[in-house]
Amino acid sequence: MSADPLGFRFVSTNRRVREDRRFVAGHGHFVADVALEGMLHVAILPSQHPAARIVSIDASAALAMPGVHYVLTGDELAAATDPLMNGLDTPKVRRHPLAVGQTRYAGEWVVAVVADSRALAEDATEKVRVTYEPLPFVMNAEEALKPDSPPVHPAHGSNVLLDRTFVWGEVDKHFAESPRHLSFRVTWGRNSTVPIETFGVAASWDPWRDMLDIWASIQMPKYPDQIARALRIPANGVRVHQDVDVGGSYGVKRGIKQTVLVAHLARRLGRPVRLIEDRLENMRGGDAHGPERIFDVEVAFNDDGIVKSMKIRALDNAGAYAGRAPFQLGKPIGAIVGPYKIASVQYRAQSVTSNKAVQEAVRGFGQAPTNYAIETAIDKVAAATGLPRIEVRRRNFIAKEEFPYLIPSGSTYDSGDYHTVVDKVFAHIDFAGMEQERDRLRASGLLAGIGIAACLEPSGGNSSFEPLLNEKNTTTTWMDSCRINIDGLGFITVTIHNTSSGQGHETLVSTVIGEVLQIDPDLIRVIRPDSLACLPSNSPVGSRMAIMLGGAAFQAAQKLKAKLTRVAAHQFGLSADKVVYASGGVSDPSSELQLGWIEIINIAHRNFHLLPEGMEPGLEATHVMQVPTGNKLPQDGRVQMYPCHSFEFHVVLMAIDPALGKPEIKRYVIGHDCGTVINPHIVKGMTLGGVAHGLGAALLEEFVYDDEGHLITQSFMDYLLPSSHEVPEVEIVHHCTPSPFTVFGQKGSGESGYLGAPAAISAAINDCVSPLGISFNKLPIRISAIGDAIADAQHGKPKEQAK
Amino acid sequence: MKVDLRINGVNRSADIEPRKTLLDALRENFLLNGAHAGCEHGVCGACTVLVDGEPVRSCLMFAVQADGYEITTIEGLAPAPGELSVIQDAFCETHGLQCGYCTPGMILAAHALLQHTVTPTREDIVEAISGNICRCTGYGQIIEAVQFAADRLRKANTPRPHHGADKPVVEAK
Repeated sequence: MSADPLGFRFVSTNRRVREDRRFVAGHGHFVADVALEGMLHVAILPSQHPAARIVSIDASAALAMPGVHYVLTGDELAAATDPLMNGLDTPKVRRHPLAVGQTRYAGEWVVAVVADSRALAEDATEKVRVTYEPLPFVMNAEEALKPDSPPVHPAHGSNVLLDRTFVWGEVDKHFAESPRHLSFRVTWGRNSTVPIETFGVAASWDPWRDMLDIWASIQMPKYPDQIARALRIPANGVRVHQDVDVGGSYGVKRGIKQTVLVAHLARRLGRPVRLIEDRLENMRGGDAHGPERIFDVEVAFNDDGIVKSMKIRALDNAGAYAGRAPFQLGKPIGAIVGPYKIASVQYRAQSVTSNKAVQEAVRGFGQAPTNYAIETAIDKVAAATGLPRIEVRRRNFIAKEEFPYLIPSGSTYDSGDYHTVVDKVFAHIDFAGMEQERDRLRASGLLAGIGIAACLEPSGGNSSFEPLLNEKNTTTTWMDSCRINIDGLGFITVTIHNTSSGQGHETLVSTVIGEVLQIDPDLIRVIRPDSLACLPSNSPVGSRMAIMLGGAAFQAAQKLKAKLTRVAAHQFGLSADKVVYASGGVSDPSSELQLGWIEIINIAHRNFHLLPEGMEPGLEATHVMQVPTGNKLPQDGRVQMYPCHSFEFHVVLMAIDPALGKPEIKRYVIGHDCGTVINPHIVKGMTLGGVAHGLGAALLEEFVYDDEGHLITQSFMDYLLPSSHEVPEVEIVHHCTPSPFTVFGQKGSGESGYLGAPAAISAAINDCVSPLGISFNKLPIRISAIGDAIADAQHGKPKEQAK
Repeated sequence: MKVDLRINGVNRSADIEPRKTLLDALRENFLLNGAHAGCEHGVCGACTVLVDGEPVRSCLMFAVQADGYEITTIEGLAPAPGELSVIQDAFCETHGLQCGYCTPGMILAAHALLQHTVTPTREDIVEAISGNICRCTGYGQIIEAVQFAADRLRKANTPRPHHGADKPVVEAK
């Protein structure tokens, strides 16, 4: 951390994370811990076919079983509810929680069985007979793009959800002027965040109060609105209990289909109903896969390695329904040139349906795959020019003094000092020494290499990709809010209006409010009221909470501080600007007059006759915060996407035993600059966790479908999550370039690590195997692929791009 | 069928279906919610409890099989309400968690390690928690927590209550 010019008391100090206490004791409050009186349980019967017409459903044997209460089909549910929302304007791509008429991917939910226990419900699903008539299907995005491919939604007319080409700047001219060009393809495999807690939801319906109560493992902006809309009930009849702890999400816990299903059942049966996905339901039918993307990239550059222009075509396999998948092609537009001064970009974003499971938002919302493509391009420019990879990056980096920097696609980067971060990382690791170590490893018979990657984390978003990709969407705010109340005894209670999945919001707001009011954050209570008692908020997505919730808490605390000051100044007969607030008390520097915290509180709560004229009694303040810089709709395909841009720089030393093909990370260093850090423990955890998640995407994790359209990595035996053995010790080198757009200079960090780790690890492996004349252009790069490619290369088989 | 279990030092009994896992019985019959279902096929470790002091996946064991063993859940580690064990406190000190879902299993795995090993190496710790998947932290602050707890336990110099008894307390290799 850089020197702290503002002299914070609590911000940036190593305070404990207050949420931790309940979790280490096993006293979290997760959705599976919610047991309602008389609650029934749901199990799901999925489709075995990637595409099939549902001919008939016979539930009689299941319904005859003791303890079985109900069998719900897609037809009944579709008649009682509205289709789930699409992000794009694609009204014929209809999505319901249970398949209606036909199934569109293997694992899609077809029937829901309700019973006294989950075990009984599972037993009963085996008695439900569904007759199918198989239909043609398509799994591959390039196949799906062809006009004669089997349409996943015949009514929509084709499999194309989105095909939009943006041209920012003089791309053709820059390509024509540039002496050097290269082109390549890289592919990002279908993976996701795969939290250890699956999605779960419990619902109860009170017909006498017209109230739907929801407890869910949720991280979804505007979740109650969507539930109300789908169920055709007033939004003030949906009460979401936001004090449910979420067991990991990182984007995917959106749960609309699950919630509509369970809420309908609770209403239909007059009993509380709960669905906790088991791992199989979650992996193949939880609709929580991530981007699966092919990038075709062309780069125009010169002999000095200066990149002038880029053409990127990104083709994403959305899966069977649209959801928010196409938008994940939109967010990367906000950092489409990475940390580089690339003058123009052509970007073609294509999203197609296929007979795979549905995508959901994944950490970074498409930014990590895009960074992998951009960083691969920079490495290839280095190889083509014979310049060191770091030298090409240094020559193309935006310089510190060029901020705020407007990129061609319309976003202005707030601040950064990329050259210094790189210098600090290189000094920390002794880069020349690392190169010698690599050479020593090579001399010992191993394949060894170094990977580097530099990238940005756009944060604090206002969701501008929505109006950019869908003209009917005119959203220009993505607010967040905070309310502070000081009670009559002087204790502070803060309300925040989201769920948490481990981001430490309670620590965040208590630290910020403690900083402003100059009181011990540990004395501040933070609660999450149910959604009907909430102010407008948009949940922890897009690395936004330090900026937006932290900002709202700061502004609300400033309002309270101003009120406390005014109350005290009034007692002295002075105006507020003549007195000094310090540590909860107010004094008049020109006299001996002072009032302490309790005295001011007492006046505000009990002595209306002592308050300034027109002042409301009590001490309460709210603030609803607008996204900094996010005030305009897109124009000409350009928009300010995110206010803040954190920077990360990865260096990886890798070794591979050629006989095994197993990549072993010898050293992992990341330079990280997210501006002012509010809680160092939290930011460190986000970064380390992000690197581990990125390692999974680079080496291990993929939802693989076979030729019959079935998911074959549907358990943790085959969808491999990094364990403590795979994740290396990661060294973090800090730097702090404050953002000019936030209250403390903070930027986002919730996606840090993940955004650059796949690119860096891929680059390290390719540096390892480059002496063999091979390279890998598809993630994940599995041990088996490495071993096979090395063996082929060593045995003189014809060189081709490895699998 | 009626099952008698000894959980966190207390004899408990309940009428439990023979096919019910120990995990489901702990959560549903005994209202001990600290053990969590993650994968329910023995990979993730979120359901870890100690059986005679050794980490066991409660999703892979039937409740009826646990009859006669000493079962320790995360609820059995805190010395008193509101008071944390040294290991639990160490996880708070280093922020060895985020969402908290894998945490009870992780802490029980660490607890078992530190019962056997006074001075664990980093490799010992990595091995001991390698059956517990954490998706949030990347393990760095978890490893720091176990190192910190080991240090504090050594300095406390208190005898370690030792379950199981067939493994002696040893110094690290």
